[in-house]
Amino acid sequence: MPLEPRAYHLPDMPVPGRRALLLGFVGLVLCGVGMALDAPRFLQAYLTAYVFWVSIGLGALFFVMLHHLIGSQWSIVLRRITETVMFSLPLMAVFFIPIAFGLPLLYRWGDPEAVAADHILQHRSVYLNAAFFIARTLLYFIIWFLLSYRLYKWSLDEDSGYDEARRARMRRLSAVGMVLFAFTVSFAAFDWLMSLDAHWYSTIFGAYVFAGSVMAALCFLTLSVMALKRRGLLADIVTVEHYHDLGKLIFAFTIFWAYMAFSQYMLIWYANIPEETVWFAERWTGSWKTVSLLLVFGHFVIPFVLLMPKMMKRRPSFLMAIGLWLLVIHWVDLFWLVLPSLQHEGAVLSWMDPVAMLGIGGVFCGLFWRRLARHPLVPLGDPRLDASSRSDSH
Amino acid sequence: MAEKHPIRGVLAELDSPAALLTAARRVREAGYREFDCHSPFPIHGMDDAMGLRRSPLGWVVGGAAMLGVGSAILLQWWTSTVDYRFLISGKPYFSFQAYVPVTFGFGVLFAALAAGLGMLHFNRLPRLHHAVFSSERFRKVSDDGFFVSIEVGDRLFDADRTADFLRSIGATHVELLSD
Repeated sequence: MPLEPRAYHLPDMPVPGRRALLLGFVGLVLCGVGMALDAPRFLQAYLTAYVFWVSIGLGALFFVMLHHLIGSQWSIVLRRITETVMFSLPLMAVFFIPIAFGLPLLYRWGDPEAVAADHILQHRSVYLNAAFFIARTLLYFIIWFLLSYRLYKWSLDEDSGYDEARRARMRRLSAVGMVLFAFTVSFAAFDWLMSLDAHWYSTIFGAYVFAGSVMAALCFLTLSVMALKRRGLLADIVTVEHYHDLGKLIFAFTIFWAYMAFSQYMLIWYANIPEETVWFAERWTGSWKTVSLLLVFGHFVIPFVLLMPKMMKRRPSFLMAIGLWLLVIHWVDLFWLVLPSLQHEGAVLSWMDPVAMLGIGGVFCGLFWRRLARHPLVPLGDPRLDASSRSDSH
Repeated sequence: MAEKHPIRGVLAELDSPAALLTAARRVREAGYREFDCHSPFPIHGMDDAMGLRRSPLGWVVGGAAMLGVGSAILLQWWTSTVDYRFLISGKPYFSFQAYVPVTFGFGVLFAALAAGLGMLHFNRLPRLHHAVFSSERFRKVSDDGFFVSIEVGDRLFDADRTADFLRSIGATHVELLSD
């Protein structure tokens, strides 16, 4: 089946991309205002939004590496779009700068006075100190950059000709990358989120954040594909069978998230050690209790029931609605991880929360569309591309 | 001979998966209900072509999972709050958090058993013999043979006319089946 270029090529940067970029810049200006007015609260909103967008890039990196490792066929038509999401990771290193500067305002272990008065923080300062924290973050981004850059570059090279040796290199890099990914994501979650309450620790925390991240990345991917199809692209290339598979994966990752969340909760509940339970106690008092329940139902129970029937995964309008909802709930999940350790007056939204999401997200989406328009939307050089778009390839 | 080996059905061989798919549709459109298609591998679109309804197995598995979950909760509630009250680290007698792993396990166990046994039931298994196995040709079905069989129980079944019909829709070889 020879493909018409207009089926798989965005002719230029589409309007939503330009709008997103514009909104992003407006958002970033408002972020500056927020920083000037209330720096601590702004940084909390910013960290939540920041981790949200990084997590989508990381989820995409995971999906690309997984694709290479298992050599799956159904996801070939989605690979280029996933790679384009993945390659937003280098940009996210730039957005870390405000966090690095706001460190003492965000993390108690970054405030010398707080450390001087707290012997646990003194004990942990070998690991939790500003210089090492920034060095670690830098290392994560170097690893993520190298992985995403190589995989993206090799994939683009493949458009002009398939090469078995290059494909083998992609597979090998993915194998090494998967191990590096597991460590870096886990430690990034420990550093950026868990250390907000530096007394508390949970070894499963990284896996919990990972589960939500992959789910969010799959939702973002699904919505991007739908947006492209709405513009008349990828017709006959991405079919309802691909939506079905994406729906199944989203379904699986809502369950995996719940499994991780409950595993973390139950062990702490059972052992009942004050230094561990305090984290959940904070999240079960006042209005935070409502947010916790919202997560139980909105992140697991409701999507679990709704995504179960086959028909729900195959109907684009429904899948779009649940994808949007799960992206919102992923943000709520991160909000719930960041805020309660710092804000003891309850779950209160600030105008800075949406503004930070708009600032980072606008630039993220704008540049995503720009990269998407530069290259073919599908990996043209993949010999199995044709088979991937046919429904009988599963 | 004829009394000893009554006719059980007609077996028709097709030469490709596409031909089998077309044949399945034509057999269904002709009004046959007691028929089956045989191929070495699954053929996409076959369910639609044969007019198969969705399997009820999902409902059976779902029901069994619910039964498993319900009985696990009942068991744990009864043992720890009625039959043998035992205070564990100051927690309430009825601590649903502690019940989740066992409840989950029961749900999975019941669902898996229902899936296995239900699959056998809906496939009418176990079964020691079927008339199609009396055909020498049918051995190809696990390698490169594509077959349609129509059973004698079908209300439209008539050995000669059904065989002619199968030839007319492209069967390369047609034979009568007996035990």
